[in-house]
Amino acid sequence: MDAIILQILNGLDKGSAYALIALGLTLIFGTLGVVNFAHGALFMIGAFCAVTLSRVLSLSHKVEVPGETDFLGNPMMRDVPYAYEIFGESLGAGIIDWAVPLSILFAIPVMILIGVIMERGLIKHFYKRPHADQILVTFGLAIVLQEIIKYFYGANPIPTPAPSAFVGSFDFGALVGFDPGTIIYPYWRLVYFAFAAVIIGAVFAFLQFTTFGMVVRAGMADRETVGLLGINIDKRFTIMFGLAAAVAGLAGVMYTPINSPNYHMGMDFLVLSFVVVVVGGMGSLPGAVLAGFLLGILESFASMREVIAIIPGINQVIIYLVAIIILLTRPRGLMGRKGVMED
Amino acid sequence: MFGLDKKDASLLLIVAVLVAFAPFLLNPFPEGSAMAQFNAGYPDLMQRFVIFGIFAIGFNILFGLTGYLSFGHAAFLGVGSYAAVWMFKLLSMNVIPAIILAVITAGVFALIIGYVSLRRSGIYFSILTLAFAQMSFALAYSVLTPITGGETGLQLALDDPRILDGANQTNNIPVPGFFGMEMRDSTDLVLGNWIFTFNVGYYFAAIIMLISFYVSIRIFRSPFGMMLRAVKSNQQRLNYTGLNPRPYTLAAFVISGMYAGLAGGLMASMDPLAGAERMFWTASGEVVLMTILGGVGTLIGPVLGAGMIKYMENIISKINADILHSWFAFLPDGLEDLVVTMIYPFIGKGWHLTLGIVFMLVVIFLPGGLVQGGQKLAGLFGRKKAEDTKTATTEPAE
Amino acid sequence: MGILEVKDVNKRFGGLQALGDVNLSVAENTCHAIIGPNGAGKSTLLNCLVGKLIPDTGSVMFDGQSVLGRTPFEINQMGISRVFQTPEIFGDLTVMENMLIPCFARRDGSFALHGIRSVFSEGELRDQAEQMLEEVNMLDKRNMHSASMSRGDKRRLEMAMCLVQNPKLLLLDEPTAGMARADTNNTIDLLKEIKEKRDITIAIIEHDMHVVFSLADRITVLAQGTPLVEDTPENIKGHPKVKEAYLGEAA
Repeated sequence: MDAIILQILNGLDKGSAYALIALGLTLIFGTLGVVNFAHGALFMIGAFCAVTLSRVLSLSHKVEVPGETDFLGNPMMRDVPYAYEIFGESLGAGIIDWAVPLSILFAIPVMILIGVIMERGLIKHFYKRPHADQILVTFGLAIVLQEIIKYFYGANPIPTPAPSAFVGSFDFGALVGFDPGTIIYPYWRLVYFAFAAVIIGAVFAFLQFTTFGMVVRAGMADRETVGLLGINIDKRFTIMFGLAAAVAGLAGVMYTPINSPNYHMGMDFLVLSFVVVVVGGMGSLPGAVLAGFLLGILESFASMREVIAIIPGINQVIIYLVAIIILLTRPRGLMGRKGVMED
Repeated sequence: MFGLDKKDASLLLIVAVLVAFAPFLLNPFPEGSAMAQFNAGYPDLMQRFVIFGIFAIGFNILFGLTGYLSFGHAAFLGVGSYAAVWMFKLLSMNVIPAIILAVITAGVFALIIGYVSLRRSGIYFSILTLAFAQMSFALAYSVLTPITGGETGLQLALDDPRILDGANQTNNIPVPGFFGMEMRDSTDLVLGNWIFTFNVGYYFAAIIMLISFYVSIRIFRSPFGMMLRAVKSNQQRLNYTGLNPRPYTLAAFVISGMYAGLAGGLMASMDPLAGAERMFWTASGEVVLMTILGGVGTLIGPVLGAGMIKYMENIISKINADILHSWFAFLPDGLEDLVVTMIYPFIGKGWHLTLGIVFMLVVIFLPGGLVQGGQKLAGLFGRKKAEDTKTATTEPAE
Repeated sequence: MGILEVKDVNKRFGGLQALGDVNLSVAENTCHAIIGPNGAGKSTLLNCLVGKLIPDTGSVMFDGQSVLGRTPFEINQMGISRVFQTPEIFGDLTVMENMLIPCFARRDGSFALHGIRSVFSEGELRDQAEQMLEEVNMLDKRNMHSASMSRGDKRRLEMAMCLVQNPKLLLLDEPTAGMARADTNNTIDLLKEIKEKRDITIAIIEHDMHVVFSLADRITVLAQGTPLVEDTPENIKGHPKVKEAYLGEAA
């Protein structure tokens, strides 16, 4: 029992990331009808927003330490972050420590801006082109984006720690009444899951309870009719794209402590997220979320030593295997709607 | 000639001449000159030109004719490589059995994967092929290590059986060859400051590439090729015309998988090792880039695209800041630095950035690729009307 | 016994009864028109004949064989060709290639792998295709890119593609929809000529009464998924039920 709970928990953080990326992919696909291969790059850019902010916050300059000298007799110099001088030492240290969560505030406008630019500048011109062209041009864009990041940040992963309060693990098992020590779970992964749940909830609430969301949902169901109603769909599409970019970006920001960001992390996640979207059902938002978590957890179960002993390598291929089976037996995916990209 | 009409025959002839004289054409700059780094006439790179040319020609038979965009074609290339290396290990260092087995194995793989993937079309097909390829990669990398060599890749060893070759007398691992001619053998021709290298492996691969190119022309012009274009154009009409699209697309998929296997087998013949990274999805993306860049659905486009990408990969990626500075040394210092700073991100390690940008520009403005671009240019200079863009795909005038 | 026998066919979509107890018999070498107001189930019926839809109950026999459960290409190989409401042709191909494809389908069946021989060495099939193009006055357009033609030409090409297969039954789904009067008259003339020259059965769905009354030997009126009446054009014209269901509102 405890082993099962542990695997479910282990699957949650990856599942959350899949779900968030797949959610954005589906939003874009459902509203704009565009297959966006650059969506993984948005996730990656989000992660690098966190890297950037933590670097900016840690910017420091040398200050003379009065009364001390180094071994050559020169005045002793010390690195002092600007943040200390602006906010005072304790608050400054706290801000630096909390760089990753703080990046959310920084990433939201940045990601929306990037999303809007992407949509206005490129994607807009591909609404009427074949899906293959959309795949190709966004694939090209993904290469460009990740190469730009590589140019500025280098090819190596950049460790970006969580706030010290969330570093380390806690005994989840003991909390829920199992023997101590059976279910050890890192704090940050729980934070990530909670964060993902909040974002997913917010997106659904936004679509459910606002007029804007209503129009978007109507547009997902029947794009032409909504266009005929005289509603300015274009502007809403742009905003949707910005929103989807922000969701992907935030997923990336918060993922940095779990996995040190590198320039190709977006592509790594993208391939799996596409599989998630397909399993969930092209154009179905609940399907994307459900499939994200399901596949994340399934992957985690398949990585159990006991399972690998029976079917070696299953952890490497389980997601693809599930996708293939689903696509062949239930072409619409778990919760796909009729008529969406059916062939 | 060879059952081709005039236009196709002259295209084949031009390609044959270019390929035959590639060691000269690709080495236009004298050794030791500042421009020598732009020389591409060394065996390793020339081999890659023709091998990736084969890969892209095969991919084009699927994507260019049927419109099915496979994102997992590298899997067949990888399978072909593994099969070839196993043939070197078990049977003989002669490349012929290795290449034959590579093609057959890739064909069988393509039959299985294609049978399943082709039950869907559009984006679903792309994702299915991607999933299969990633699965093959993951398996080759982990569980199948006894067959694939896992992370280190599959390599030759001294104690491999090599049944046909007899016992190994020397203490060196033998080299792949074609009835006594070793693939790595080269002859240098020195003409003044120029050095031209003629490599056995290159010419062997080049001949196979020409044969592959010829076969692809025949396929393009055949009833089969016409049916494939009909699949792309209107599957519904094809169905209501009494034709079953699926065996046609499956045949195209298998043929194009066999081309990939052939390329993989040749790759292993030039350098007898095979690694899982050849199956990674970025490798599949690369052949898509080559085909689109050159001109999808055209005969010569994929070859051009393959050549261009491999050239960029090998040449542009070698340019570094020092070289840039030496080029722009004639500029005033400040300006020189500015120019170098502006160009620097696009060269050296940044060549992927250049590739991505060029690729995007091609998809946006030149869906017909370089071939279309060339025709447009030719049209500008009045030699030919720009509306001829589709000549390579449509039937020649009677 | 007609060449096409539809017996007790029912088809529901969710709560909607699209076809209810449809019985239809099309005699060989006649032109049978199916008319009816919008939503009468004409297209559903047609789709049941060509294998796109499978009826819930009932049988569809063509030439003594059931078509149910067969795919569209199998049904075509049995001898049924279909012309669509909006012309369905191979837009990326030339007119000649468009014509050659049905020629191949007729000669080689649903799949044949001719991968090496050139299309242009198929002299016999080319002759067939050219002859057919001549018949529909399109021979001069044979090297045209078919997507660039006018709608009327596309329709004629589609018709030629169907006819070159020498089908026993030609299904026409509103062949003159959206056509100008002159084009409509041309199409009528073409179809009349086809009827006279060939041993062919035609089933036509049409809104345009002018077309129906110029071509049909018999007419079935469909309303709300059920055949209302079947008779000769003369009798249909004055039939009170038909007027009520269809012609009344049209006039």
